[in-house]
Parts: sequence; structure tokens; C-alpha cells
Amino acid sequence: MTQQPGSPGFGPDLAEVFGPSQSDGGPELVQLLTPEGERVEHPDFRFDSGDVPEDEAIRGFYRDMVLTRRIDTEATALQRHGELGIWAQLLGQEAAQIGAGRALRPQDYVFPTYREHGVAYCRGVDPLNLLGLFRGVDHGGWNPNDNNFGLYTIVIGAQCLHATGYAMGMQRDGVVGTGDPDRDAAVIAHFGDGASSQGDVNEAFIFAASYNAPVVFFCQNNQWAISEPIERQTRIPLYQRALGFGFPGIRVDGNDVLATYAVTQAALQRAREGQGPTFVEAYTYRMGAHTTTDDPTRYRLSDDVEHWKLKDPIARVEVYLKRNGLAEDDFFAAVRTEADELGHHLREGCRALPDPSPLSMFDHVYAEMTDELAAERDGFAAYLESFEGAH
Amino acid sequence: MAGNAQRITLAKGLNMGLRKAMEDDPKVLIMGEDVGKLGGVFRITDGLQKDFGEDRVIDSPLAESGIVGTAVGLALRGYRPVVEIQFDGFVYPAYDQIVCQVAKMHFRSQGRSKMPMVIRIPFGGGIGAVEHHSESPEAQFAHTPGLKVVACSNPVDGYWMIQQAIACDDPVIFLEPKRQYHADKAELDESATPEPLFSSRVIRQGTDATVIAYGPMVKIAMAAAEAAATDGTSLEVIDLRTLSPLDMGPVLESVRRTGRAVIAHEAHVNLGMGAEVSARITEECFYSLEAPVLRVGGFDTPYPASRIEEDFLPDLDRVLDAVDRSLAF
Ligand SMILES: Cc1ncc(C[n+]2csc(CCOP(=O)(O)OP(=O)(O)O)c2C)c(N)n1
Repeated sequence: MTQQPGSPGFGPDLAEVFGPSQSDGGPELVQLLTPEGERVEHPDFRFDSGDVPEDEAIRGFYRDMVLTRRIDTEATALQRHGELGIWAQLLGQEAAQIGAGRALRPQDYVFPTYREHGVAYCRGVDPLNLLGLFRGVDHGGWNPNDNNFGLYTIVIGAQCLHATGYAMGMQRDGVVGTGDPDRDAAVIAHFGDGASSQGDVNEAFIFAASYNAPVVFFCQNNQWAISEPIERQTRIPLYQRALGFGFPGIRVDGNDVLATYAVTQAALQRAREGQGPTFVEAYTYRMGAHTTTDDPTRYRLSDDVEHWKLKDPIARVEVYLKRNGLAEDDFFAAVRTEADELGHHLREGCRALPDPSPLSMFDHVYAEMTDELAAERDGFAAYLESFEGAH
Repeated sequence: MAGNAQRITLAKGLNMGLRKAMEDDPKVLIMGEDVGKLGGVFRITDGLQKDFGEDRVIDSPLAESGIVGTAVGLALRGYRPVVEIQFDGFVYPAYDQIVCQVAKMHFRSQGRSKMPMVIRIPFGGGIGAVEHHSESPEAQFAHTPGLKVVACSNPVDGYWMIQQAIACDDPVIFLEPKRQYHADKAELDESATPEPLFSSRVIRQGTDATVIAYGPMVKIAMAAAEAAATDGTSLEVIDLRTLSPLDMGPVLESVRRTGRAVIAHEAHVNLGMGAEVSARITEECFYSLEAPVLRVGGFDTPYPASRIEEDFLPDLDRVLDAVDRSLAF
């Protein structure tokens, strides 16, 4: 890892402290499927697809990741065509999100940041709802309790405290550690490497540890917080921070859907059983820009992008399936067709999303409308009407 | 001095002003998220890290409380930190540091510890953003004794005001109308003598009513005055520029002449800056008033989804509507 930029003498060279380059995630990285598409063993984690035959599960992951990437590329294109104000891209993070999203049970609850499009997809949220937020028709069009998938949170890190509090509520409701797998529940909080610097995130760690809350902190370390490299947020591998707060931290290859699934499932299981929080660092890379308004050429080396393309999370599963004869051409063709249909749904649906009425901004400010606000709304309605008459 | 004049945007004016301040005083530091290589998400600090180095233009961890809190320590050590908050809605993690520490340090230490800090906040809406990117938090800071709060509205003010704010020994919340950053150009003469920082200014003379605005609403107030003129109504326009302290001098003088006042801002009307300005006008020139002082502002709702933000934001028509109501008294 490189010397912290711009601060000669401000700290030791990380390479001296942690050994040679960590750009591959280091020896602690949990991996079950290599970038070359080979299955490997890990002493602590094993891919277990449960009741579903393993090959079928892996084909399912492949499909999930392809569809998730399609949501992302389609939304990016829609933004370029002026249909969305902005889009937060996830290119390269599909495995981290599908691995985590598929490890959830229906009764678990998700507190996402603003980039969890793959997790939203796993929870059954119509991706059109995600587009609505970025188009500016609402602040999140889905009901969080329909799918146990919270609204996107834009203020960095805030949701980690909400997740912890929600988990504390589950404890009080007696749905943790009952031994009934259909009943025991946990919470997962998603956030980025940059977010790990926020006070809220660190306070969430303290609360979760202190109350042994059933929460998994799932950090997608995509190496960048807009223009700032991971070195600007931490001087030690992120997963090692957890120990200081009093709970386990695991670094998993976030481009390996099998490993991400296995590790997240284990962490969620610990939480459901009442063994408390876990920090999962999904080691991955943001292949696209931070958002569609960002210009990574100002700060990032294109060499790095090329390097990470070789670790593409979808390609490695495809190679694995093909090389082992686990999927035929018609399977891949069917997934492509499905992706095309999804793309069509998003294009048509996005353009058809109606703008809210101006007066709708007065709705839901309070659970009980105030006379004061109602008067303001009525005044504005009259003003708008006077206008229509004049034209 | 036409030879010195050049046409610049607000973004450029701020960038040049920051550069000048850093050249003039080696104690000036810039801190914030993405202010280095990227030059800030709005490119206001573009090129500064390249020229002044990473120890003076500091890319900070993603932590607003940390940014402002460490700036407190640097200020105590004799530096003049200029911190950038990326968007208005992200100042709140630092709110505790700003209102409980930054604002009170001089008072608490009986003047022994100065807080020469500038907190730059791109504020206001109109750029089609998602939640928390379009807020107008000025009243929250203007309500806090110990802080000074200013809002620039044009490129020339941007250039001078940022330098004056940095030179000020008190903490200054420096509000920049983000939708104006790249909107209009104006002529800057670097050899001119600037207006004092904490002063309001009449920017258009008129006789029938006074329109008072600041930041992003100044442009709209001017457009309203332009439109009113075609109907034979003469509006005086005042750019408040400083919100705390409030420079009421030009405002009171104007309202005494016109007898009518309309205050426009993007922030929610309830307990906004308009309430304070209105109260002071009423206290000071009650007998000159021909009509109640009227306020035009954002509605008392959270900032809405961007597809209807144009309905939330006061526009030229809403300003003119208030002027008409005032004239009708
Ligand atoms: C409190 C706060 N400060 C600043 C921002 C602006 N901002 C949005 S995303 C971002 C970088 C986030 O990086 P990271 O946490 O690593 O997540 P990533 O987007 O890379 O997944 C910043 C600074 C914000 N949304 N909230």
C-alpha cells in the first residue's frame, strides 16, 4: 500500500507495518472462487446453498448479477439521455451486493446507503422505484416494510445507527436467538469505506458491541470515496478495526459472489443466534465513476481499472459455469433475453414516471397536518389557479 | 483600469480569491472532502493543491465533525483554516462543533482564543439534485451568537468576500449560491477597492418598493425589478450580503423612501431571515410603511423532489405577486 499521499513523516509506511502490497486484499481475504473461475477451499467458510442444488444456486447468482448490471448500465444510459438527474453506479460491485442480498432471509431487515441497487433487486424492490429517486419524482418510492428494505440514505453513515437501533428493537421483540430459523432475525447495514470515517458509523459500532445487537455491518470497500483513496480514511485494513470495538471483522473478496454469500450468511447467522455484531469488509473496486457527475480521470489511474477488470465478478462465474459444463448456451441466451426485457421495462417505465403535483410537497410533512401548513398549501393552490386563469 | 479587468464566473472568483488569500498568508489552509486533486465537487479549489501542496490543501477523511473539529485545533494553533462542506445538507454532522465550539471559543476564553475560520457551504437549490443537496441552513447559523454569516451573490463579491472572510478574526459561515457557480460572468477589477464584508448594498435604485434578497435570490430579485419596470413599477433592490451581523442601514434608508418592503429567500419562511429583517423594519420605520412587510420564501416543507423544486423555489412571479400585494395596500 502506498505512503499516505502528502504527509511525509506523518506516519509509518503501511507496507512496513502490514507487509507487501495489499492491492489483492492480502492473505486474510476470504475467497471461494478465483478470478480465473476456479473453486478454492477456505478453512473457515464454505459455500452452502442449502436446499437448492449448488449448480442451480450459482446459476441463479449469475443471473442476479447480470440483471443487476443491466439495471446499472440502463440507468447510466437514462441519465445520459437526461431522464435521470444523477445515478450512483455500482459497476464492479455486483458480487458484493448479490452475495449479501441473497444471504438474507425474508425476516431480516436492510438499511442501505444510496448504491444498493443489487440488494434492492434481491429484496424484490422494483428497480423503477430506484430510478424515481434519481429522476427526482420522490425521495424513494418503495414502502420499506413491504420488503424489509429501508429507504436509501444520502447522508453518509447515518443508517448504521438506525440499523443498530432496529436490531436492538428485534432483541426486545424476542426474535433473536430463539432457535427457530424462520423466526430469528438480523439487520444488515450497508455503507462504504469513506463512511467508516463518520462519527455515526463509529458510534454505531460502540452501541452494537455494547448491546450485542444482531446487526451485520457490511462495508463495500470499493477503494474510493469520490476522489479520496482508502488511505485517506484508514491506516489499517478496515476489517481490523472491528476488533477494537469488540466484535469480529472479516475481509472477503467482494468480487467473489460465493465467498460474499458464505461470509455474510455466517455473519447474519451469528447475529440471528444472538452472538452479536460482525463487520464484513467486502473488498472490491468501483469500476465506474462515483456517480454520473464525477470525473475519475482527475484522480484515478486507468491502470488500476484495467487491473480490476480482470477480477470482474460476473466473468469469473461465467467461466466457472462454462468450463465445468454447468450451463449451456441456451441458459446464457435466456439470461440475456431477460436482461433485455428488464432494460426495456426500465426505459419505458422511467419515461412514464409521472411528475408529482406541486401541491404534493405539502403532503406527509407531518403525520397530523397543521392548520398553519394547510393554510400555506391553500394559499399556494389559489396562487397557481390565479395563474391558470390569466393564461 | 480596464487593463486589469477580466470576465469571470462565481466559481472562478472564489477560486481566485482563495488563491490570493493563500499567497498572502501562509497560515491559510484549505480542508475538506475532495478539495485536492478533484478540486472539490464544484471545482472551487481547482488547481490549489497542485500549487500549494498537500499540506496546505488538505483532502480530509469523510467526516464533517472531524473536519470542523480539527479546524478548531488548527485555528487555536494560529492557522486560518478554510473548510469546505461539500453540500449544505452535510453540514449537520458538524453542527455541534460549529454551534457549541467554533461559535463560543472566543467568548468562553474571554477573548484569549480566536477562531479565524471560514466554513464554506454551497447552498440552495435549483440544480436538480437528490435530497440534502439543496438546503438553505442560514438561519440556523445566524441564530447562533459568535458566528458571522455572509452570502455572496456574484463573481466579484465572491472574489473579495472570500478574502475578507479569511482575513476576519471571527468564524465566518460563508454561503455560496451553488446554482450561480457557473451561471453568469461579471467583470472583475482586482485593483478596485472592495465593499466592506459586513455591508448590505443597493444594487438597483427604485422608488415604489424595496426588494431585499441575498445569495441565489438576488438574480431573481433583479429580474423581477426588470419585469416590473416594463409595467411602470420602479423597484429598489438590495443585496443583503451579510446575514449576521445584519447591515440594516441601506435597508431602512430605502424602506423609509419607498414605504414598502418585500424580502425574498429560498429558505423556509417560518423563522427565516425574512422574519428578522421584517421585524427590524417594523421596529425602525413603522411610520414610513405604506404596507406590511411581506416575505417570499421556500414553503415550510422539507425540500421536495427535484421535479417540483421549481414550485418550491420562489421565482420572479412570486416576487412580483408579493410586490403587487404590497402596492395594493
Ligand atoms: C455526511 C455526508 N458528507 C458528504 C457527502 C457527499 N458524498 C456523497 S458520496 C461520498 C463518498 C462516499 O464514499 P464511500 O462511503 O466510500 O461510499 P461509496 O460511494 O464509494 O460507495 C461523499 C463524500 C454525503 N453524502 N454525506
